[in-house]
Amino acid sequence: MAKITMTVNGRQVSGSCDDRTLLVHFIRENLGLTGTHVGCDTTQCGACVVHMDGQSVKSCSILAVQAAGSSITTIEGLAANGELHPVQAAFKAHHGLQCGFCTPGMVMTAVDIIRRHGSGLDEATVRAELEGNICRCTGYHNIVQAVLAAAAGMGGARQAAE
Amino acid sequence: MYETNYHRASSVEEAVKLMGAAAEGKYLSGGMTLIPTMKQRLAAPTDLVDLRHIAEMKGIAVDGRSVRIGAATTHEEVAASAALAAVCPALCGLASRIGDPHVRHMGTIGGSIANNDPAADYPAAMLALDATIVTDRREIKAGDFFTGLFETAIENGEIVTAVRFEAPARAAYQKFANPASRYAMAGVFVARRDDGAVRVAVTGAGADGVFRHPGLEAALAANWSPDAVANVTIDASALLSDLHASAAYRANLVKVLAKRAVAAA
Repeated sequence: MAKITMTVNGRQVSGSCDDRTLLVHFIRENLGLTGTHVGCDTTQCGACVVHMDGQSVKSCSILAVQAAGSSITTIEGLAANGELHPVQAAFKAHHGLQCGFCTPGMVMTAVDIIRRHGSGLDEATVRAELEGNICRCTGYHNIVQAVLAAAAGMGGARQAAE
Repeated sequence: MYETNYHRASSVEEAVKLMGAAAEGKYLSGGMTLIPTMKQRLAAPTDLVDLRHIAEMKGIAVDGRSVRIGAATTHEEVAASAALAAVCPALCGLASRIGDPHVRHMGTIGGSIANNDPAADYPAAMLALDATIVTDRREIKAGDFFTGLFETAIENGEIVTAVRFEAPARAAYQKFANPASRYAMAGVFVARRDDGAVRVAVTGAGADGVFRHPGLEAALAANWSPDAVANVTIDASALLSDLHASAAYRANLVKVLAKRAVAAA
C-alpha cells in the first residue's frame, strides 16, 4: 500500500491505495469524485481526461502513485462560485452532448485545447485536437461548435481583462 | 493489473540503484505503453522505477545544428519546441502526430525508442537522422540500437538518458496512421545532408521493425525529387502482413509516403 498526497481541485488530499491503483480509480473511489468517467479503460476514449499540473492526461493510464505530489483538476473543479466554467456553459448553450458520458472528458480536453491555442481556433484544429476523445453518440458537431464558441468567448474575456 | 512496487527516482544514479535492487523491474517514463500493457497483464514487473522526475533527463538543447533531447522530454515538448523547429521541423511534426494530445503530454522520446514498437514513429527519425542514443553508461548509434521487434541494444538496468543528432539540411516524415490506434501502418522519414547524403528510414512496415531502405537512399541521393522514388522497387517479402494491411499494400504505402516526404522536405 502506498500513502499518497496530491492537490485535487485546489484541496490537498491524502489516501492509501495499492501501487497499481489507477489515478481514475483513486479519484472516483477514494475521493468520491465520480464526474471523471471510465469509458474504454484502454487509453482510447478520453472519458477519463483530467488535468495534471495543468496538462490534459488520461487518468486510466496513469497510476495514482505517479500523480503523487501533483496538482489535479477534475470536471468538479471547473465551476467556481456556483457559476459554470465558460466551456461548460458553451457545452450547455450549444447542446454539446447527447448521452453525456463522454462530456467530462470532452470538457476537460476543450479547456486544454483553448489553453494551448487561445481564441484563434478553427474548426479543423478543434477536430484534430479531439482525436483522443470518442463520443459514441457521434455527437461531434455540437461539441466542436461549443469548443469554438468557448474559445471565442474566453479570448474576448481575456482581451477585455488586459 | 498484477501487483507492483512503485519507486520514484530523482537522479539517474538513484534509478539505476533502485533497478538493481528490483527482482524484475521496469523503468517507467510516460507510461503510455507500459501502463496499458500492464493493465492487459501482458507485462508484470515486480517494480517500477519512475524516471519522470529526473531533471537531468529533460529538455531540448540546440547549439547551431547540434540537437540534444533529454529522454524524459515529452512528445508535446518536442512538438512545441521553437528552438528545434528552427533547425529540424520534421521532428516537431512527427511528435505532433503521435497518439493524441493527452498521450503526448505524458509519452516521452526515451520511452518510445527504448520500447522500439515496430509501428512507433521516433525510431524512424533516429535512424534517418543518424542519431546517437545516449545511455547512463555509453553512446550507441541508432543503426546499432534498434535490433528487432521491441528489441534494442539496451542491457538490463541501462537507461536511455538522451538522444543527439546533427540537424540535416532537409528532412520530413510522413505516415499513414492506423485510423484506430494512430500508430503508423507505414511511416517514412527522409533526411538529406548538406553534402547530398540521404538517409531513408521506414517504420510500421518492416517484419523486423524499423529499417533503412538503400534503394530509396541511392535514388534520392542521385536525384532529390519525388520522381526519383517512382523507379525504386520496394520488396514486399520483408514487410509485415497483418489484419490492417498486407505486405504488398505496405510496400506501396512506403513508396507513396517516401514521395510525399521528399515533396514536404
